[in-house]
Amino acid sequence: MTHTPISDPTRRALLAGFAAAAALPLIPTPARALSQGEASQLIGEVMAEVQGIINSGGSESQMIARFENLFSRYADVPVIARSALGPPARAATPAQLSAFTDAFRSYLARKYGRQFRSFIGASTQVEGARQVQTVIEVRSTMLMRGEAPFTVLWHVSDRSGRPLFVNIIIDGVNVLAAERQEIGTLLERRGGNIDAMIEDLRRAG
Amino acid sequence: MAVTRFGAALALGLMLLAGCSPLGPSESGYNDPYESTNRAWFDNNLALVEAITPGDGAQSAEPPAQPGPVRRMVANFGANLGLPSVILNDLLQIRPDRAAENTVRLVINTTVGLGGLFDPATRAGVYGRRTDFGETMYRWGAAEGPYMVLPVIGPTTQRDAFGRIVDIAINPLRYALAPDEASYATAARLAGRVAEAGAYSELLDANVIDTADPYAQARLLYLQTRRYHLGSDAEEDFIDPYADF
Repeated sequence: MTHTPISDPTRRALLAGFAAAAALPLIPTPARALSQGEASQLIGEVMAEVQGIINSGGSESQMIARFENLFSRYADVPVIARSALGPPARAATPAQLSAFTDAFRSYLARKYGRQFRSFIGASTQVEGARQVQTVIEVRSTMLMRGEAPFTVLWHVSDRSGRPLFVNIIIDGVNVLAAERQEIGTLLERRGGNIDAMIEDLRRAG
Repeated sequence: MAVTRFGAALALGLMLLAGCSPLGPSESGYNDPYESTNRAWFDNNLALVEAITPGDGAQSAEPPAQPGPVRRMVANFGANLGLPSVILNDLLQIRPDRAAENTVRLVINTTVGLGGLFDPATRAGVYGRRTDFGETMYRWGAAEGPYMVLPVIGPTTQRDAFGRIVDIAINPLRYALAPDEASYATAARLAGRVAEAGAYSELLDANVIDTADPYAQARLLYLQTRRYHLGSDAEEDFIDPYADF
C-alpha cells in the first residue's frame, strides 16, 4: 500500500470532467442517491484542503478562520449543531439556533483546528466507502512518519441537497458524541438557558 | 513460583468460564456505578499528570513540538519490553499473524534498534498491534463490566482491570529475567508509558482537560477507543444527525 498525497490533480480533473459530462444530457435524470465515489471524492477534497491549511505556515488565527470556512463549505454545520444540542433544540427559537450554529462552528474550528496542526507532514489516503445506515462512511488513513497509521471515518450525507460530511470518527472517537456530551454539560451548568450556554461556547475550545 | 501456578490456574479458569461465545458482547453507552469514587480518583490522576508532564496552560502560538529524542527512546524502550507479553496474548487469542508481526518487531527493535531504544520496525512499516489480557478475555467472551478509574493507571473497565493483574502474573519477562532485572524492566515500562503520555499531552488538554466535564469526556473517549480497537463498537453508536427532523 502506497500513500500518495491526496490532491491528485489528474484524478480531480477526471472527476470534474465526469461531473460536466453528467450535466450535459437533456433527458431528465431521476433523483439519485449519493454514490460512494462522490462521498470519497468529497473527503479527498476536504483532506487536501486541511493539509493545505496546516502546511500553509499561516498564524494560528488565520488557520482557525480557514478551518471555519472549510466547515461551512464541506460540513452540514446547522444539522450537526442541532444534533449536538439534542432535544433542547426543539424548544429553541430560530434566532437561538442560528446564534448557536455560528458559535458552534467557531468553537469546532478553534478546538479541532488547533489539533490538526499536529498532523503537519502527515500523508492521508481515502481507503474506501460503504453504506452505514443512512450515511456513506468514507474510510481514510492518516500516516505520520515514525508512527503507526490510524483510521478516520467520515460520515457523508446528501440529505441537505448536496454531499456534506456530518460526523467524523477519529481512531474510534465519535466527534458528534463527544460534542453532544460537551454541549449537554454546558447547558446543564446554565440550568438549560440556551443564551447563556451560547455565551460560554463562544469562549470555549 | 506460586505466581506461576496462580497465573496458569487463573488463565485456565477464565478459559473455562468464557464458554462458547466467540466474542464479547457488543457494548454501547456506559455503565458507571462507581462514579463518585471514580471521579475522586480521576481528579487525583489529573493532578498527577499535570505534575509530571510539561503543561503550559496557555495555548502556544507555535505548532506542537515533536517529542524529544530522549522521551521517544524511553517510550520505545518501554514498549519493546512489553512485546513478549503482547505476543503471549496474541497466542492466547489464537492470532498467529499478529503474534508473528509482533515477534518481527521485537527482533528488529531489540537488535537493529539497539535493545529497543529505537523503533526501526515502525519505519519499515512493521507497526504491530498492542494487546493485553483484557482483550484476550474479550475474545473469550467476557463482558466489559463497569467503567472504573484506577489510581495512577486511569480509565479502565472491570474486565481490563482484571486483565492487567493477569498480565503482571503471566508476563514472560518475569520468568526470563532474574528478579532484580525484572523489576528494572517493570520500571522501564512504566517510564515508557509516562513518556508516551507526555507526547499526547496536547490532545489530552484539548479533548479532556479543557472541556466542561473532563471526567465525562475521558469516560466517553476511553470507552469508545477501547471498544473500537477491540472491534466491539456497536452500530447503536451510529448517530443520524437528520433523525430529529
